[in-house]
Amino acid sequence: MLRYTIQRVIYMILTLIVIATATFFLMKLLPGSPFRNQEKLTPEQIQMLNKTYNLDKPVVEQYFAYMGKVAKGDFGVSFQFKNRSVTKLISTRIGPSAQLGLQAIILGTIIGITLGIAAALRHNSWIDYGATMIAVAGVSIPSFVFAGLLQYFLSVKWQLFPVIATNSENQLTFIGLALPTIALSVFVTSTTARYMRTEMLEVMGSDYIVLAKAKGISYFNIVFKHGIRNALIPVITVIGPMAVNIMTGSLVIERIFGIPGLGDQFVNSIYTNDYPTIMGTTIFYSFLLISIILIVDLLYGVIDPRIRVAGGNK
Amino acid sequence: MKTKKLSILLVLVLAISSILMACGEKAEPKKTPEKKSNLAAKQELNLLDSSEIPSLDSSIATDQVSFLVMTNVMEGLYRLGENDKVMPGLAKSEKVSSDGKTYTFKLRDAKWSNGEKIVAADFVYAWQRAVDPKTASEYAYMLFPVLNGEACSKGEKPVTDLGIKAVDESTLEVKLANAAPYFKSLLSFPTFFPQQQKFVEAEADKYGTEFDKVLYNGPFKLTSWEHEVGWTYEANDQYWDKEAVKLTKINVKVVKDNNTAESLYSTGAVDRTGLIAEQVPKYKDREDFGRLKDTAVYFLRMNQKNPVLANKDARKAIAMAFDKTQLCDVLLNNGSLPANYLVPSEFLFDKNNKDFREANGDMNAYNVKKAQEHWTAAKAALGKDAITLKLLNYDSESAKKIGEFLKEQLQKNLPGLTIEVNGMPFAVKLDTESKMDYDLSYAGWGPDYADPMTFLDMFVTDGGHNQMGYSSKAYDDIIKAASTTLISDLDKRWTELQKAEKILIEEDQAIAPLYQRGSAFVLNPKVKNIFDHKFGGDFSYKWTYLEK
Repeated sequence: MLRYTIQRVIYMILTLIVIATATFFLMKLLPGSPFRNQEKLTPEQIQMLNKTYNLDKPVVEQYFAYMGKVAKGDFGVSFQFKNRSVTKLISTRIGPSAQLGLQAIILGTIIGITLGIAAALRHNSWIDYGATMIAVAGVSIPSFVFAGLLQYFLSVKWQLFPVIATNSENQLTFIGLALPTIALSVFVTSTTARYMRTEMLEVMGSDYIVLAKAKGISYFNIVFKHGIRNALIPVITVIGPMAVNIMTGSLVIERIFGIPGLGDQFVNSIYTNDYPTIMGTTIFYSFLLISIILIVDLLYGVIDPRIRVAGGNK
Repeated sequence: MKTKKLSILLVLVLAISSILMACGEKAEPKKTPEKKSNLAAKQELNLLDSSEIPSLDSSIATDQVSFLVMTNVMEGLYRLGENDKVMPGLAKSEKVSSDGKTYTFKLRDAKWSNGEKIVAADFVYAWQRAVDPKTASEYAYMLFPVLNGEACSKGEKPVTDLGIKAVDESTLEVKLANAAPYFKSLLSFPTFFPQQQKFVEAEADKYGTEFDKVLYNGPFKLTSWEHEVGWTYEANDQYWDKEAVKLTKINVKVVKDNNTAESLYSTGAVDRTGLIAEQVPKYKDREDFGRLKDTAVYFLRMNQKNPVLANKDARKAIAMAFDKTQLCDVLLNNGSLPANYLVPSEFLFDKNNKDFREANGDMNAYNVKKAQEHWTAAKAALGKDAITLKLLNYDSESAKKIGEFLKEQLQKNLPGLTIEVNGMPFAVKLDTESKMDYDLSYAGWGPDYADPMTFLDMFVTDGGHNQMGYSSKAYDDIIKAASTTLISDLDKRWTELQKAEKILIEEDQAIAPLYQRGSAFVLNPKVKNIFDHKFGGDFSYKWTYLEK
C-alpha cells in the first residue's frame, strides 16, 4: 500500500510537469500582450515593456526560467493585479469557492442519497417516479437557471435572503451562501440520487440480501448494514471528481451571487494574457484534481476489501 | 465683554435646545429646529463596481476602477469638478512663462493621511518614478509632454533629467518639451499625483496593494479593502478642503453580473448601478433613470494597404452605407450617439464656449444613394464586381451584435460586397490590428487629456496607433504645427485642428465613424452631485451628498 502510494505520488508530479509544460507553450501561442493598457500603447512601447518583464526572450528560455522559479515555490506576480503574487491571489480566492463547493456537495449528497434509497426501496411507487423526475430535471436544467430563479423570488420579490453572499462588512455569511449552495447542490443531488437508486436496486436484488432475509435479519439491518453500505461504493467514485468540478467550476453561480471565487480569476487571466496567473491557476487546478483522484482510489481499497489497488498483493 | 455675553447666550441656547430636543424626541422628531439644510442625517453612499481594484499605485495603475478610486482618495495639483472644470487641488497658484513652456506652482499647506506635509519633492519623486523604465508604467507616455519625458522613459537619459524640479519645499517648477495648452487639465490625471518617497520605498513591492499600504491625500481614504469583495471610503480628516466633503462613508461592492447589480438596486441595497441595453426599456421613463454621454468614439479602421480600401470611393461608400441611428437606438440603446466625426461632441470648447464640433458638424453621414454612387465608381476603378472584406471584431456579446449589424447593412446596401466577421478576444484582436492583418476593424478610442490632439495625432503617417496605413501630407503638417508653431496662436490652432479632422473624414474618409459611446444608469434621486468626468477617474464624490 505504501509503495503504491509513493509510486502514485511520483506519477502525480510527472503529470503536473507535463500539464504545466503543455499549458506554458499553448499559452505562449496566444497573440497579444499581458498589458492592460495595450490599446493605448504603441508597438515600440510594448516592446520596451516586454523587455522589462523578460518577455522578449525565446519561449524555451522563459519556460526554464519559470519552471525554475516554480520549483522554488515562486509562482510569480500577476500582470492584471500589479505587484500581487499569484500564490496570494489563489489562496485568497480558493476559500470562498471551496466553502461553497463543500456545502453544496454535502447538502447534495445527503439529499441525493436519501432520495436514491427511498426510490429504490419503494421501487415503481410514486416516490420512485417523483425522485426520478427530480433527478432528470436537476441534471438537465443548468444550475444558473435555478440560481436566477431563487434569487429573483427569494431575494428580490420576497426579500427573505440577501441578493449577494457577502454582508456590509464584506464577509461571506451563512445566510448569504444559502441560495448559491442550494442552486449548486441541485446537480449533485440529482447525480447522486440516480447512482444511488440504481446501485441500491441491484444490491437489494443480490443473493446475499436474499440470504440475509432468509436468515431472518430485521429489515432495518438489511437495508442499513448490508444494503446501503455496499451500494455506496460506486457512488463515492462519482462524488470525488464531482467535488473538484463544483469547487472550481461554479463560475456562473459565483458571479450571480457576488462570491469572490477562483473560477472567475482563471477565466479573466486567460482573457488578459496574464501569464503567471494562467499558469498558477492551471497547476493548482490540476493538482487538486489529481490529488482527489488519488484519494478516491486509495479510499476505494479501504471501503471495499475486494478491490486491491496495488495489484499483486500477497 | 463680548465673549462673555456670547458664552451666556450659547449656554442659554444649548439649554433650550436640549429641552426642545428632549420633548421633540417623544412627540415629533421632525419638528426639532434644524438649520434649513436639506442634508440627510446619514451621509453614507452604497455603490457597485464591476471589478476588483487592480492597483492603488498611481504610477502603474492604468484601468478605470483604479482611476476612479484614486481620483477620490488622492489628489494632484488640480482636480476636475462639475463639467470637468479644472478645480484647485494641491496647487495654490501657478505661473506660466510667456513661451508656455515653464510652469511654476506654489503648493498649498496640505498633509498626507499619516499627518506629514506634502512637499514639492513628492511630485518630483512620483513623476520620475512613472517615467523610470524600471517601474514599467504603462502610462509613462502621459509624461511625454514634460521635458525629456520620452527620453527618460526609454532609458536614454537618467530620470533626474526629467523637466521637474523642487525649487523649495512648496515650490514646484515644471518644464515642458513643447508648450501644451491642455497641460493644466492633464495634471488631474492620476499618473501626475504625488507620492511620498519614504513611504513608497518602505512598502517596496507591496505599495498600493492593500488599503494600509498606500498614503492618501484626497477627500476620502480607504478604511477597508477586501479583495474581490469590496472596499470602504471614509472622509479623510487630513484633507485640506475637508469642509467641502459631505459624505462620511461610501461602501463599494464588487458585482460582476448585470442582473445581480440591478437586483441590488431594486432592493435598495445600492444607490446607483449602470444598465445594459436590455435593462433600459424597464427604467427609461422613471425619475431615477439617467444617461451619460461618454467621450469614447468608435469607428471602423480601414486598412489602406488593402487595394480596395486604398480607393477613396470605396471607403466613402462603406462609411455612408450603414444606418448609425438604428445602431444606436436599437442595438446599443444606452444613450450612444451616431457619430460622423472623430473628436466627440460636448467634450472640447473654445474660449467662447463653442463646441469643437460646431465647425465641422456631421461629415459624410448615412446616405445609401451617395454610398452606392461611390461604390459603383470604386468598382469601376478597381475593375471588380465582387469584393470580400474581413471585418476584425472583439468577441464580446455586444460587439458580436454590432458586427452582424454592419455585415447585414453593408452587404444589403453595397451590391457585390461580402463581409466576413472575425471575432477575437481583446488582446488577440489588438495584436492582429497592430500587425495590420485585417481589412476593416471595429475599434474605439477614448481621450487621455482635454485637447483635440488626443484623438487627431493618432493618424499621422506611421504613428504608433495609425495601424491602417493612412498617410496625408496636409494632415501631418497640421498635427505637427499644432504642438510647435501654432502654440503661440491658440485660435488658429483650434481652426487648423478642425481642418485636420475635415481632411481625415470628409475628404479622405480614413476611418468610418460609428458612434460616440453613452451609458445608461439608475441613481437614487436623493443622491446629488456625483460629477462624471470625461478622462481620468470616471466620477468625483468630493461634492456628493444625500438629500432628505
